[in-house]
Amino acid sequence: MDNVLISQEDTIFALASGLERAAIAIFRVSGPKSASLLKSLCGTLPKPRYASLRTIWNNYETKDDALDEALILWFPGPRSYTGQDSFEIHLHASAAIVESVSEACVAHGGRPAEPGEFTRRAFLNGRLDLIEAEGVADLIASQTQAQRRQALQQTHGALSKLYEGWRSELKEILAFSEALIDFSDEELPQEVEKNLRRRILHLIKEMQTHVGDGDYGRRIRRGVVVAIVGPPNVGKSTFLNWVSERDAAITSPIAGTTRDALEITTTISGVKTTFVDTAGLRETADIIELEGVKRAMFHVKHCDFVIQIFTPNAIPKEIFDNAILLGNKADLGPIPSIIEGQNVISVSLKNHIGLRELKDKLAKKIEKLVSSHSAMPYMNRARHRAAVVESIEHLGHSIEDLPEEIRCEELRLSMNALGRLTGRVNSEELLDSIFGEFCIGK
Amino acid sequence: MKITSYDVIVIGGGHGGCEAAAASSRMGARTLLLTGNKNMIGAMSCNPSIGGIGKGHLVREIDALDGIMGRAADRAAIHNKILNRSKGPAVQGLRVQADRGLYSNAIQELLIQCKNLTIIEDMVERFIVSGAGSLEGVCCASGKTYSSAAIILTTGTFLDGTIHIGHEVTPAGRIGEKPSIGLAHDLKELGMKLGRLKTGTPPRLRRQTINWSDLSKDKGDPQPEYFSLLSQDIPRQFVPCAITRTTSKTHKIVAENIQSSAMYSGHISGQGPRYCPAIEDKIMRFPDKENHQIFLEPEALPNHPGGDLIYPNGISNSLPRHVQEDIVHSIPGLEHAQIVQYGYAVEYDFLDPRQLYSSLMVKHVKGLFMAGQINGTTGYEEAGAQGLLCGINAALYSKGEELVTLDRGSSYLGVMIDDLTTHGVSEPYRMFTSRAEYRLSLRPDNADQRLTPLGMKWGCIGERRKKIFQTLVKSLDQAEKKAKSEEFLPSLLREKGVKLSNDGKKRNFLEVLAQNPSPEIIENIAPWFVQLSPRVQRQLKIQSRYKGYLSKQEREIAQLRKENALLFPDDIDYDSIGGLSTEMKERLKKERPRNFQEARKIQGLTPSALIAIMVYLGKHKKHVA
Repeated sequence: MDNVLISQEDTIFALASGLERAAIAIFRVSGPKSASLLKSLCGTLPKPRYASLRTIWNNYETKDDALDEALILWFPGPRSYTGQDSFEIHLHASAAIVESVSEACVAHGGRPAEPGEFTRRAFLNGRLDLIEAEGVADLIASQTQAQRRQALQQTHGALSKLYEGWRSELKEILAFSEALIDFSDEELPQEVEKNLRRRILHLIKEMQTHVGDGDYGRRIRRGVVVAIVGPPNVGKSTFLNWVSERDAAITSPIAGTTRDALEITTTISGVKTTFVDTAGLRETADIIELEGVKRAMFHVKHCDFVIQIFTPNAIPKEIFDNAILLGNKADLGPIPSIIEGQNVISVSLKNHIGLRELKDKLAKKIEKLVSSHSAMPYMNRARHRAAVVESIEHLGHSIEDLPEEIRCEELRLSMNALGRLTGRVNSEELLDSIFGEFCIGK
Repeated sequence: MKITSYDVIVIGGGHGGCEAAAASSRMGARTLLLTGNKNMIGAMSCNPSIGGIGKGHLVREIDALDGIMGRAADRAAIHNKILNRSKGPAVQGLRVQADRGLYSNAIQELLIQCKNLTIIEDMVERFIVSGAGSLEGVCCASGKTYSSAAIILTTGTFLDGTIHIGHEVTPAGRIGEKPSIGLAHDLKELGMKLGRLKTGTPPRLRRQTINWSDLSKDKGDPQPEYFSLLSQDIPRQFVPCAITRTTSKTHKIVAENIQSSAMYSGHISGQGPRYCPAIEDKIMRFPDKENHQIFLEPEALPNHPGGDLIYPNGISNSLPRHVQEDIVHSIPGLEHAQIVQYGYAVEYDFLDPRQLYSSLMVKHVKGLFMAGQINGTTGYEEAGAQGLLCGINAALYSKGEELVTLDRGSSYLGVMIDDLTTHGVSEPYRMFTSRAEYRLSLRPDNADQRLTPLGMKWGCIGERRKKIFQTLVKSLDQAEKKAKSEEFLPSLLREKGVKLSNDGKKRNFLEVLAQNPSPEIIENIAPWFVQLSPRVQRQLKIQSRYKGYLSKQEREIAQLRKENALLFPDDIDYDSIGGLSTEMKERLKKERPRNFQEARKIQGLTPSALIAIMVYLGKHKKHVA
């Protein structure tokens, strides 16, 4: 347990919102020194839980350096997110302001929070249960609506409910199996044993369906990745420009490495989508280009789908798996409508021809990738997935040709695995890995 | 007035009291056993059988701690059967039907052999308590007083016992025996929380009046086994039992007379066991079931005292006498059966066992220990196992030594004690194998290895057992070593018929055993192995076959012990622990857990509350250091 014995004595601070693309930056502080820290920044404590506009000073006492005009919210413990005295400052989103407020906080006895430390405190102080805590992590990380929906669903216990449902079914199965052992000298109805097998198989199937959903959940969390491939000069950059111009406010170009990829992240149908421009795919002897081709293949292998671009004078002989075929420069010559049984979208990116069809096709493809066929909440944590897979594995053993006491043991192990998801098991490893995944500042 | 002083006084001569007295005297304490009726020492008040699933495990554990129940049952056995034989070694249970007379004789003989043990027939009327509230001794009906600082209470159903037959109510602990009313009063005075439970027993039938010819028989196992490591070559005689069933007529009689049943007329408030229901309950609660099985078990060998009595297992009830007659006569084979003693329900006081430490000492009355039905359990085996631990601890207490207990990773006894002292009881508590989360590790076959070394450390193991046990351990070790040293190539093993992959990896004989090879194959590749004693062979087979599960449980048990060792200081101030809600604080203050493990089991205590306590304890420790 030692590693969960993290002290709550320190007063910690962190930026609770992203800096990019935002008008304000939310700064969050929690810990026993919150009140004195807040006073040092702006004089007096405002009315609890009411927003109030204040000047934020580097040092209120000496009135040196006004840093910003900001909204502040004071949350005395225990009625705060962490359960401790806390406050929020809504600063103007500028790296310089945030940096100087951080420095002021350190000067007045605060320290930057470790990843997940706010939520860990909330958990330690009984403000959140384990699954809720994880849901909160996702909520924070979510940058798009679909992510937010999923995170909210989890926080509201849809996932807990699902797991509890399995658990109670498993509990009943286990109870009947135990009865067959402990009361074997009694006359138990013969169908009990037969029904058990049926119920176990049914539960396995249900859980497997859910595990199969895992990819959808992961895509929502990290977004969808699309690789753009094609020989040089077919219009890959134009395509990227078109994608990024669709909604300039929410694109953020991130510089790729020297020669290979340029990434554009945008939102399509509420899903974070990253387009990766790969280096031109052609056979080359140039060492640097070789490296680029290698990386291109890496992206192709790890993306959710490929957009393969070509032109009338370079119709591809081979098409990639899972690709949308995009025939560009349709104004320059004929483009086949089908290649190897695959539909081709003809466009002219330069002359804005066929772009509507392209847009629809992209939206549909992405929606399909993130929408599950079942009504279950998305599986979105590797930990959850591992636990359910383990639970299924033991369930599988429990119907093998083994002594009854071993089959029962497998059912218990299956139940224990599932039990880990509801946070009832006190395992330090579990806590560490959960909290290690948290984004700082909620 | 003459006061005689003892190290330990045991009140009650039932199964709990006998084990307690025997254990205390084995520990070297000068022990007094007080019983209301010397002849009834070791009496089987209800069914004439010992062991079964879960219960058989307890008997093996009692034996491993050098107790007397297993040895007595082996001497008195007249019908042996291993239940669950096909379901695996961990859930098998030996069930023995015993000759009542032989059994109580065996118990009494074993007690007489105990050094330091005095048995006196007298009825304890009240405790002697000092001004400071500590126990000093007991006063008896005879006017005699016995003093001791360590007292073990095993009053069974005698504590304010009331017997019900129909609407007739008689104060009694057993039929024809006076209850213990003064003690119940004293316990309340001492501030203890008492509850009421109920149990029942069927009518007893005269053997000669039963028509046996049409009934199916159960002869038991052809090669009867023993409970005790010490038992061998006991001359025994086995008799079959017979099986019959209730009829629709039986069910009709019960339904028509249900209002005259003590249980259904509102006379009984105590909760009865759901797993051992009276026939009234079976019929009223499961109306769809057309008939219920009844085992006709002889209470003794035909030519022995009580040999003409048959125990009809399955028709326990509290109906009026004439209804009991009608019921019995509605059952095939019992049409003309004569009832020798009518069935009855007995209600008795028990103490909420959450008032006990895991040593079975009462939390706020130092020196007072309790075992058996008074703790809310049912069954001879449950009582005996608790009695044994009480005996050990009362002796340790009298010497001023630290008390001991067993945990869930060590034994069924440990599971039972933990269940009782943590959760209390809502119905009479009986042992089931499903209560043991480390079931695969807590097998009847390895009870000696699990507990005898502990018993040796505590001082409750006699010389004879020590020797036999050490010989056993030695032969097990030698066999294991040899099995590990013998290696085989997979090609050879496959040739001999062992199913495994031909990966070129050598396997030792233990690894071969894990593949569950046939006896012929074993004899072929390791002829030395079949020369070993059946017990050693069996254990090696189980250990190798279950290795994966067993080592996993071993790690879990180690974790459990680590958490048990995380002690909460007595003066822990829950109000000063940050992050504990008022509700959590209240639960903790009420339960006062002594370690992390106990805290973890408090119902409704959230993980975050636990972490908050750990955080606090971590800080606390730092301040101390």
